[in-house]
Amino acid sequence: MNWFELITLHSPPLIVAVPLLTAFLTPLVSKINDTIRNLFVLIMLGITGLLILILGYDVLTNGIRVYVFGGGAPLPSGMNIPVRIMFEIDGMTIFMVIITIILAIICILYSWSFMKKEDGQDKFYTLILLLVTSTFGMELTGDLFNFFVFLEISCITSCALIAFYVHKKESLDAAFKYIVISSIGALFILFAIGLLYAQYNALNMATIANAIQFTFFDKIVLVLLIAGLAMKSGLAPMHMWLLDAYSRSPASVTFILIGATLAGLYGGLRVIFTIYGNQLLNTGFTFYPGLIIGIIVTALGVLSIFIGVFMALKRSDFKKMIAYAAVAEIGYMFLAIGSYLIGLALSAPDNPQMLIAGTYALKGGLFHILNDALDIGLLFLVAGAVYYATKQTSLNSLGGLARNMKYTTIFFLIGLLAVSGMPPMNGFASKLLIYQSTYQISPILSIIAIICSIMLLAVFVKVFQSIFLGPEIPSLKDVKEVPKSMLAAMALVAGIIIFIGLFPNIIIDNLVTPAAEALQNTTGYISTILGGV
Amino acid sequence: MTMMYNIPFIAVVTMIFIGLYAVLFKRNLVKIVIGISIIESGVNLFLITLGYREGGVVPIFTSAPSEVVKNAPGSMVLPVPQALTLTSIVIGVAVLALMLSLIMHIYDHYGTLDVRKIRGSEE
Repeated sequence: MNWFELITLHSPPLIVAVPLLTAFLTPLVSKINDTIRNLFVLIMLGITGLLILILGYDVLTNGIRVYVFGGGAPLPSGMNIPVRIMFEIDGMTIFMVIITIILAIICILYSWSFMKKEDGQDKFYTLILLLVTSTFGMELTGDLFNFFVFLEISCITSCALIAFYVHKKESLDAAFKYIVISSIGALFILFAIGLLYAQYNALNMATIANAIQFTFFDKIVLVLLIAGLAMKSGLAPMHMWLLDAYSRSPASVTFILIGATLAGLYGGLRVIFTIYGNQLLNTGFTFYPGLIIGIIVTALGVLSIFIGVFMALKRSDFKKMIAYAAVAEIGYMFLAIGSYLIGLALSAPDNPQMLIAGTYALKGGLFHILNDALDIGLLFLVAGAVYYATKQTSLNSLGGLARNMKYTTIFFLIGLLAVSGMPPMNGFASKLLIYQSTYQISPILSIIAIICSIMLLAVFVKVFQSIFLGPEIPSLKDVKEVPKSMLAAMALVAGIIIFIGLFPNIIIDNLVTPAAEALQNTTGYISTILGGV
Repeated sequence: MTMMYNIPFIAVVTMIFIGLYAVLFKRNLVKIVIGISIIESGVNLFLITLGYREGGVVPIFTSAPSEVVKNAPGSMVLPVPQALTLTSIVIGVAVLALMLSLIMHIYDHYGTLDVRKIRGSEE
């Protein structure tokens, strides 16, 4: 076994271990020098990225990977139930992990200048890396309790990061709200995991999925898990924490929080598609649970879109408007996922139309996860740049910034077009998939989706007009363009956005389709895991 | 007799509801934190209760009765729920400490712990 095979074999735990060790080394390294510390963090995340590429290549060519901690096949006592913690990596995991590492690297790059004047930078980097670690863990793990542990790490570090501006009472308020809501959500998820353990004597997702009977308790568990994870991903009507958390934390923290939020969404997908896959993903009119869950998820998605867009219209705080737009974007993903479930439930063997439409909706929804992270992320980075230059976030006190901040203006324009789904940006590619496929399910859904998208454009054109255009405000005469590292980070995101917008097929064929297939293939997932233990 | 076995589960549900009541209706931040702590104890009690198996033996190899080891080696319980509870308690302590330290900072800034008076500026 040469070294490359060895690295490929052990890459799943290394992806979690490298950022974790880096997190605790960072305070030591920052004793030397700030620049060395930043470089160190960037290099270690770069190594993690390389590991992810190696693992991704392996998984996309050879299929699902299982990594069992503490050795392979049966226990010494001959026990064959998978009692060990294991990581399970399929196309969906790879897709999410790649999103997370992109967000993490750009966040560190952006923070280089953005956090320069703040105190406690060593702790800041430690917390960011721990948040990245926990996000990776949530995405890689195949064990429900392990998932809960990483979820709690994610909650604790996010809360500490939201409260990073300890001197501002607003951010303390947001952090407290976040920790209360997320710890209650996490406790209910733990309760649900306990219920599953009581029935099936297992914590491994595949084992539970194999054994699940859809009893009364399983229905309760389904509701608790979906509610807890939808809360974590900021779906309306549980979006209140997200608004405060996104708008009151530093911009680079918000950027990485998006990744943690999407990990919650990923957990929800795993619950619906893997654990309950055999119960919910059945075709034919006769099967109702899948249809009911689909309708509920779609309805909540539409509600999120409405709340996000309409509340964004009447706000006057830049960051809060983007936070509402983020809620709307989450709604698009849930709309697409719900449409898939509805399409699947309505399709019959002689009528595959709905199933095809549903599959496109699923692909659009998954593709939108990547696009949402980049679009909303870019807008938050621009908001952070504006705040860095002017110390203002209210629309009423800003204006005429395009004169002094040329590049930031261009990046905002790109983000604006992308978030409202205009060609040739990436948002267009995924939203078009969602429009087309939801039209097949129900035309009303796609009309709502298109109208709300246009309203988002209206929201951000207003922002653009009042922040970057218009007469020069005397107090903002001496505003300078932001430092190079922030520009580089924004340029990187903008570049990826345009690249995906111009060549969406590359991403759809190589990442989104394997992810969608991995989610749909519940039986394959279960048999691979149970066969590999 | 079956009622006896249900008592822990009744306690679990009661504790979770008491905790939820405190979180939803109490106005003092410390009381909200106490509510979360009670929910957490309820969930931990639930996990521990799951670990009980009738006729099971504590999974400590050296202290198990010798006839059990010889005749019914399968009667040792798998200590997963206990391990889960330990982990959950540790996480709970961390969350509790974080929440209390946030409350300290909030008190510094607002001078009160009443949720009605603690509002981030609504723009």
